[in-house]
Amino acid sequence: MRTIRIGSGAGYSGDRIEPALELAEKGDIQYLVFECLGERTVALAQQARMKNPEGGYDPLLEERMRAVLPQCAAKGIKIVTNMGAANPEAAARRTAEIAKSLGLSALKIAAIVGDDVLDACKDGDLPIMEFDGTIKQLGNRLLSANAYLGAEPMAEALKSGADIVITGRASDPALFLAPMIHAFGWAMDDWNLLGQGTVAGHLLECAGQITGGYFADPGYKDVPDLARLGFPIGEVGEGGSLVITKVAGSGGAVTARTCKEQLLYEVHDPRQYFQPDVVADFSQVSIEEIGPDRVRVSGGRGHQRTDTLKVSVGYVDSYIGEGQISYAGPGALARGRLALEIVRERLKLTGVASSELRFELVGVDSLHGAEISNRANEPYEVRVRVAGRTENLREAVRIGNEVETLYTNGPAAGGGAWKSARDVVAVASVLLPRELAKPQVRFVGA
Amino acid sequence: MRLREIAHSRTGDKGNISNISVIAYDAKHYPLLREQVTSERVKAHFAGVVEGEVVRYELPNLSALNFVMTQALGGGVTRSLALDAHGKSLSSALLDLDIEPGSDDK
Repeated sequence: MRTIRIGSGAGYSGDRIEPALELAEKGDIQYLVFECLGERTVALAQQARMKNPEGGYDPLLEERMRAVLPQCAAKGIKIVTNMGAANPEAAARRTAEIAKSLGLSALKIAAIVGDDVLDACKDGDLPIMEFDGTIKQLGNRLLSANAYLGAEPMAEALKSGADIVITGRASDPALFLAPMIHAFGWAMDDWNLLGQGTVAGHLLECAGQITGGYFADPGYKDVPDLARLGFPIGEVGEGGSLVITKVAGSGGAVTARTCKEQLLYEVHDPRQYFQPDVVADFSQVSIEEIGPDRVRVSGGRGHQRTDTLKVSVGYVDSYIGEGQISYAGPGALARGRLALEIVRERLKLTGVASSELRFELVGVDSLHGAEISNRANEPYEVRVRVAGRTENLREAVRIGNEVETLYTNGPAAGGGAWKSARDVVAVASVLLPRELAKPQVRFVGA
Repeated sequence: MRLREIAHSRTGDKGNISNISVIAYDAKHYPLLREQVTSERVKAHFAGVVEGEVVRYELPNLSALNFVMTQALGGGVTRSLALDAHGKSLSSALLDLDIEPGSDDK
């Protein structure tokens, strides 16, 4: 039976760099995938592209490529990534320049374009899923609309000989599914294989989250050597068999427990995990440890894909103003509460216009609110935090100011004030008839 | 005893929806989870945090439950005013739930 080994080199845009190099050097992998595009990142990248037509791709593209390209080229490891963000072609051109500067001019680099479906969404004036409203009603606050593309165009690029495939918005598991479809020639209507391949992609896409990251809880779930956390490798067989493992000697652990947690991460109904290529069914998945840092995952299934693609719509939602200040020692809690009361009254007195406000004490009730937190003992120190949503930046600034002025106008011994005001680019979703997205593969000369 | 003694948990986020897995360390405790960690209890535990409904999915193969909580992330990860906009810390709060031990565990 033929098997491929796929390494997961990043779980988000800012992820550690060296675990991917470790995978390329010692992982015995044929494919290295970098998942770097968060829900709203493509909208922020679109803003960057509007300012600079050659910009709008992942800010760490250069650092990641420089780190791994020599090893990948030497070993013939193919790279698949969504670091193209809002500008896959510019990312591909930049990667070609980097490859050339490293003396690797023979590499074939492909960009996948066509996830930008802003025009199609506007033409259809599609309804927004999360709130009442349509695309057109967002008016000039609308920034971007990108469809989650499936694995097909990436698999096609690999088939055409690409060494590096750079896409924009694509479903995260599809980045991993593409090498499987390419290597094994899986049919695009073999729903059970695509479902099990989606299980593999889903488990791998957050990199360190399956090798012991986002997991350790001392005394309950101990994980060795998190500072040197190894990133995962999926061993996939042509019939859909899957073993999750990592580089021998790297930090972290791959266990049934880490795999179970990651299987359900960001999953709603496990029988219906909607993907562009398949509706995957995780409900019958079995997970079994078969050796040290080796876990077998089987039983992923699938059903026919839907007629629509999910589209991530970026828009300017509002502005957020925020201020913080700390109190310590005996009476810290009482002074923190007094500070919150003062700011609450000041925002009223001075007429700051906001649609939503939060008053909280970090270290006491900021994460889960007052009801759950009431049981806790009094802390040594507290940090006052006030945040509010406003219609414009000027109002947002005033919220942080009212916290900062506690220095000279508030309770005794307040220190370390901090404030910020920012615009909020948020994302919402629409469903687009799939035939309206027309992905294309474009090679650039290296 | 606390839920933490018999189960582990992870939170995930999509928009304004948070999901929390609750996974038995030992398959023998799965019936306790099914019996005692109900949607209603989870909803009550997160009063003041979760404004929408809580739906529970069962995964007997994994001895796991998956709770999907709507209107749970302050209007959505990308626009929330919360310090922990993703709700990543919610799993730790759920593990604080009180569980009546089974006859084997007393």
